[in-house]
Amino acid sequence: MHEPPLRSPRAPAWLAWFIGRLGYGLLTAWVISLVVFIATQALPSDPARVILGPDAPIESILTLQRQLGLDQPILVQYLRWLGAALRGDLGISLDSQVPVADLLFGRLGHTLALLAGVLALVVPLALVLGVNLALRRDRPLDRWGLSTLILFKATPSFLLAIGLVLLFSMPGMGWLPAVSILDPQQPLWRQLHYLVLPVIALGLSALPYLTRMVRASMIEALESDYVIAARLRGIPERRIVWRHTLPNALTPAIQGVALTLRTLVGGALLAEVIFSYPGIGTALNAAIQVRDLPMIQGIVLVITLAVVLINLLADLFTVLLTPKLRTARRVKMIRRNRRGLRPWWRRVRSAPAQEATHD
Amino acid sequence: MTAALRVDTEVLRVSDLRVELAGQVEVLAEVSFGLTAGEIVGLVGESGSGKTTLATALLRHARQGARIVGGRIEVAGQAVLELEGEALRLARGGLVGYVAQDPATALNPALRVGALLHETLLAHQPGATRDELRQRIVETLLDVGLPDDKAFLRRFPHQLSGGQQQRVMLALAFVLRPRLIVLDEPTTALDVTTQAHVLETLKRLCRGHGVAALYVTHDLAVVRDLVDRVLVMYAGRLVEMAGREALFVRPAHPYTRALLAAIPDIARRQPLQAIAGHAPAPGQRPVGCAFAPRCPRRRSECLVVEPALLAHDGIHQVACLVPHQEPVTLTDTVSEAAAPVPEGEAVLLEVRDLDVAYDRQVLFDVSLQVGQGECLALVGESGSGKTSLARAIAGLGENVQGHLRYAGEPLAFSARRRDARLRHQIQYVFQNPYRALNPRQTVLQTLSAPLAHFFGVRGNEARRRVEAVLERVSLSTRVAHLYPHSLSGGERQRVAIARALICEPRLLVCDEITSALDVSVQASILALLRRLQGQGLTLLFVTHDLGVVRAIADRVLVLRQGRVVEQGTTEQVLGQPADPYTRTLVAHSPSLIDAGQT
Repeated sequence: MHEPPLRSPRAPAWLAWFIGRLGYGLLTAWVISLVVFIATQALPSDPARVILGPDAPIESILTLQRQLGLDQPILVQYLRWLGAALRGDLGISLDSQVPVADLLFGRLGHTLALLAGVLALVVPLALVLGVNLALRRDRPLDRWGLSTLILFKATPSFLLAIGLVLLFSMPGMGWLPAVSILDPQQPLWRQLHYLVLPVIALGLSALPYLTRMVRASMIEALESDYVIAARLRGIPERRIVWRHTLPNALTPAIQGVALTLRTLVGGALLAEVIFSYPGIGTALNAAIQVRDLPMIQGIVLVITLAVVLINLLADLFTVLLTPKLRTARRVKMIRRNRRGLRPWWRRVRSAPAQEATHD
Repeated sequence: MTAALRVDTEVLRVSDLRVELAGQVEVLAEVSFGLTAGEIVGLVGESGSGKTTLATALLRHARQGARIVGGRIEVAGQAVLELEGEALRLARGGLVGYVAQDPATALNPALRVGALLHETLLAHQPGATRDELRQRIVETLLDVGLPDDKAFLRRFPHQLSGGQQQRVMLALAFVLRPRLIVLDEPTTALDVTTQAHVLETLKRLCRGHGVAALYVTHDLAVVRDLVDRVLVMYAGRLVEMAGREALFVRPAHPYTRALLAAIPDIARRQPLQAIAGHAPAPGQRPVGCAFAPRCPRRRSECLVVEPALLAHDGIHQVACLVPHQEPVTLTDTVSEAAAPVPEGEAVLLEVRDLDVAYDRQVLFDVSLQVGQGECLALVGESGSGKTSLARAIAGLGENVQGHLRYAGEPLAFSARRRDARLRHQIQYVFQNPYRALNPRQTVLQTLSAPLAHFFGVRGNEARRRVEAVLERVSLSTRVAHLYPHSLSGGERQRVAIARALICEPRLLVCDEITSALDVSVQASILALLRRLQGQGLTLLFVTHDLGVVRAIADRVLVLRQGRVVEQGTTEQVLGQPADPYTRTLVAHSPSLIDAGQT
């Protein structure tokens, strides 16, 4: 932690909002843990029987129940599970007898590397493409560009992935490996070439949506009064595009990126299967097939927490990039608040309170 | 022609300017005029008259779809229409400055005030040193009456008041020291007090720096004390051009006279005269004089011969075959005294100790009474809580406490909890007629929905009632089958009023219902409300325009920051305002009549 600069002795205005928002994030995370637990362990169907199958002898089932702690009261089970999860102990995988956390975090690292690759490819590309299409609105390049993007969007992503494999990895043109089976002995950064095809495949399916979003918000911002006013002040066109228009067009794009990430965290499965990439999607798939209960719980928990985190970050970036939200201070409390204020469930805001601009 | 002006200091010369839409549809034609250094000229006309098109054409800018096809514009010797590329960019801002209508949307929300000023200077003087830039910015900020400290320069537009925002726009224009500045209704979005201050600043700047200014507006009263000359525009042509005195005292064109007669004035209560009919849309200009179909002095030759802009009297030019010669008579007398409401007798609505809060409290202990059949005006600047009060009364407010009584009975705060028998008696008309009507429903559908809801009336009976109500608001019954987009602003507002009337209300709450409309249309709406009031309707009229108050209200209630500061009859409050705040409001309200008031 470094000292805040002397110029602004006060905490930034959005901090109070962010802390509140963080609190809601944690609350959501807790609710999620409850849902995951109930769905996998507390529902009337007996996990031990599910794991061992219908023909298992009763003794094995009882043993497994004891092993899993299923003979304890449900509340004790939950608290024990939650306590362990908070310490990072997600149990032992039934399938491989390795701690779930170890397995999971290796896989999670791979998935995050994949996501980072997709972001690094898609975000700059979508910005450049979106801005340029918006500037050439309704001209031939814009029309052709949009049609191409829609073609990509309409193509199922597995088809794209298979197409890529055919293009780059066929015998005779084997530029890139067709499958991405990582060598667990080597660090990931030494085998980055395995990431190229999955990243391109996922990127191509995410690109059209983001590009169209950037294009639409750029067009809207380019038609605004402040852009016309800047033109009539003789501001150079380059500066108008990158300094006046783009920052205002970014906010919708951030939510677009967040949506893409949310779908990718849990849904990169197809690409992972096609390229045999050891990500979290294939891990979940395998765990479900062998009814590896602690593994399923761990993966679902991690995915949902990731979604909460992505939402939180997207909102934070939105606030930081919108001066009006960033600088908004919580308005002072009202002279009389004994009643007549909003009930608590309506006071929840997705952004800091703004001064009401009411007549 | 310009003999009376010093030709050597002429800054702007426009000759024969012509702007067209696609398909050779004329928006603007045969426009010729000049401006000298330090001169402020008003450009007046209704919406759609082409005044904004003319204003931006001076910067060689035309809105999407429009094209400048002919003519010549010279600013300080440079032919603006022939500029291209880099030269055009430097001329915009450097030679001709522009101040847009609504500073809230014309300032980039993502850029700080200092950054805006900085980049504007740098865009035109890339070689300037830091100190030069800093000095010029400080000078300009002081010039327009803004603080010049670091903290202010670090602010974002949303952290400024409306008046400060418009001053920033002025600073952005003046920091480059242009020769000509074009202002497009720069004070329409501001309160009267702020407007008066901004106009004063503008006048000082133009005089001080010798900058010529073209001030576009639809309200002649606003520019009365500001301008040296006025250009009146109708259907894309200049119809009158005159010095200030000549124009306000002896306007020659019937259209100018009609505009003047339509402006409600704080100093006198007069029957406002709307201009009948519509201005022709682009491309539908009739043969002969474009104003002839609406002109009371029309002769048969007016429909055939198009009058040219000819010298009338000195520099006074007019385009009319039969111009007025005699001066207008603006009487200062208050013609009719409103009937005082009998106290305690037929009180229709009573509000006691009303508090309203959103994120903060906006109304504090407001009490008022509205008598049966009277018109009470709620007056205040933006942020005073007048709309919140109106909404609370209509049952649309949230977080309301206090007491409401209607016709002697307690009234619930939420419209949902009000008795259906009562609900239709209190109706609300919204400010913006462009957003208040469902674009997917025809007028007939819009108007018959409340009939089915309140009275269970459907089918032919509903159709009959809709036609009757359209007649009551002076709309043709053909309108019933149109969608809102094919109606003009005034017609839409009439439909919105009809939607309220069809519920058979006793109390009509009108929230700034004329502020989005032209003065001439406003006059006709106000006349309609007067007529409805004569038929027994009680009106609660929310407005910030004291001229409108004078034209329509029996009593006035002045709100300031959520508190009632003064109330009384219109004559009392506007004639002898007791509260200092009311006095400033009255003093800053534009008027066509000289002196008399503070």
